[in-house]
Amino acid sequence: MNRDRQTIWLAVLLLALCCYGTPVLAAEEEPYFFPFVNPYAATVMETPQAFQAEVPTEVPVRNFSVQPYPQRTIPPVFWYLDGLPCTLAAQPQRAPLIFIVAGTGARYNSPKMLNLQRVFYKAGFHVISLSSPTTVEFIVTASAAMMPGNLPDDAQDLYRVMQLAWEKVKGDIEVSRFNLTGYSLGAIQSAFVAQLDEREKAFDFNKVLLVNPPASLYSSVSRLDQMLLADVPGGAGRVDLFVHNVMSKLADTMEDSETPELSSEYIYRAARRFPPREDFLKTLVGLAFRLDSSNLMFATDVMHGGGFVVPAGTPLTSSTSLQGYFSTYFDTGFVDYFHEYFFPYWQQREPGLSEPQLIARLSLKEIAPYLQQAANIGLLHNEDDIILAPGEIDTLREIFGTRAKIYPTGGHCGNLNHPVVVRFMTDFFQQEDAR
Amino acid sequence: MKRIGVLSTVLILLLLSACSTAPRVPHNAPPPIRLPQIDGVTLNEISDPFERVNRFAYRCNRYLDDYLLLPLVRAYRFVLPDPVEQGVSNALDNIGEIRIITNELLQLKFAKAETSTSRLVINSTIGLLGLWDPAAKHFNLRRQEEDFGQTLGHYGVGHGPYLVLPLFGPSNLRDTSGLTADGLMFVTLDPLNFDHNELDLAFYSLETIDTRKRESFRYFGSGSPFEYELVRMIYTQQRDLKISR
Repeated sequence: MNRDRQTIWLAVLLLALCCYGTPVLAAEEEPYFFPFVNPYAATVMETPQAFQAEVPTEVPVRNFSVQPYPQRTIPPVFWYLDGLPCTLAAQPQRAPLIFIVAGTGARYNSPKMLNLQRVFYKAGFHVISLSSPTTVEFIVTASAAMMPGNLPDDAQDLYRVMQLAWEKVKGDIEVSRFNLTGYSLGAIQSAFVAQLDEREKAFDFNKVLLVNPPASLYSSVSRLDQMLLADVPGGAGRVDLFVHNVMSKLADTMEDSETPELSSEYIYRAARRFPPREDFLKTLVGLAFRLDSSNLMFATDVMHGGGFVVPAGTPLTSSTSLQGYFSTYFDTGFVDYFHEYFFPYWQQREPGLSEPQLIARLSLKEIAPYLQQAANIGLLHNEDDIILAPGEIDTLREIFGTRAKIYPTGGHCGNLNHPVVVRFMTDFFQQEDAR
Repeated sequence: MKRIGVLSTVLILLLLSACSTAPRVPHNAPPPIRLPQIDGVTLNEISDPFERVNRFAYRCNRYLDDYLLLPLVRAYRFVLPDPVEQGVSNALDNIGEIRIITNELLQLKFAKAETSTSRLVINSTIGLLGLWDPAAKHFNLRRQEEDFGQTLGHYGVGHGPYLVLPLFGPSNLRDTSGLTADGLMFVTLDPLNFDHNELDLAFYSLETIDTRKRESFRYFGSGSPFEYELVRMIYTQQRDLKISR
């Protein structure tokens, strides 16, 4: 492991020297150098500490929660949920505000969200951090349909939450204008929110930045599903045994003092101690996604009275064992969930809807005409993002034209704490009124 | 304090252990779309016969955190400057070396025991009663982590049923016995001379706050509705791993 590390660092050093020696790159823009050429390594390892942008380690935050559905009865199995938690990092003076929407399964305080919060706080913004509509807390407390993934509906939910959050804090801060960003799934949802805001004008967003969005939701989840399955010996039915083995392997790398956290972020963090072998890294990305999607499936299943994995009408309480269900969700790919539960639900609400229609609807192409003329919306992406199918990056380029900033490396959101990328993001929002 | 916790757990266990935690599926429920894989190997290999009580304790710990421990930790951090907090952690760790050395000796790990003994001597003297950790900093003597639960595991004792202890969190019968034994040993050796002073309550309170302060885990911070199951799996694996080291 040590030798692998050394080899990597040597390579990094060499590359760094090469870049340094090329004066052409140093022209106007800072040169972008990212140490991981492998997109899976980039995604899992992110920017190494030594290369990271400096952000404050702690910013003053205020935690609060919003209740879009105060009348809704929360099932006893979710006894620990009470409203949708959000945070505000407030500037003492009048400043622009930015909403950040988390990626799939990520909460408002996940490491990536904290990084973005600190980046924008340092750049002088009030920051409101929002959990992804795919988190259990959002599905249970803040989603109208309680079936996330249908982007126009997700946008409605998010828009409602943003307005409630703004209501809660507007007495305490002075805001000059509103901005919006999100990464991964949060980015594509932000695009739909921006479109909604174009009509409703609750915020009249000054600028919106989409960071590593999928081009098509279905295409990206299929890829994420495959990443796990490609590497599971014995096939999909053995996923949980496999997870068990991977987890022991991961726990092995963690230090004695370190307590495991139970999130995809933990999996990523533990994996950083591994030599970057692509097949294993790929599996980890797939595994993290599967953990998030299991949580999502359980929440939608329970909120709709069961029928997918939990038999309809089964009472679940804080003392019910969920192990059996957990294993079943874990064995279920998101694509299977899409065909067996998600699509039938939306079809029931909209008779005549076909699967290809729904799949096409859940993409940036669907709102391309809007995006093409929306001068205030920018795209930040990586050429080698692992959630994009071949060719999709070009589709995005076509839609956004000169408003697309695409870095050659960085994987999926692996470079969000890279100084050059951080500079791009803050510059994007600091430029005076785009409209 | 530890003993009371353990005793009350045992008592509650006896009272409530008979109840089942399996979901009560209505008889007329149509089969769900996805049925559990019957032949699939499940993660449920960790024995958890007291799951109902455990889940109750898990829930209580969440409230204990919200209404007592975390507010105390916040106040503690607000009052003390960071270097002082670090000093307290070091000093408590230093006293803990006694437990570690005993268990290393019980496992006949003499090289490790030597390291820990050197740490205790260096840190208690040069480190000013353990407030600093020069042993790690200047002598490269790393802190080991041993307890009687690990000693039992070392000699082949299995986990026994999984337990969630009030205040202490995830455990199992073996590790709970270990915790009790370590506690009794501490009381017997009485390194801080509690028999002749009144500082024991202050000491245990400080130890509890310091432990919680250093523990980053937050109940339901994972965002997973399967957190109980995941904690059970990871706790068990981590203990196995520590024992094998």
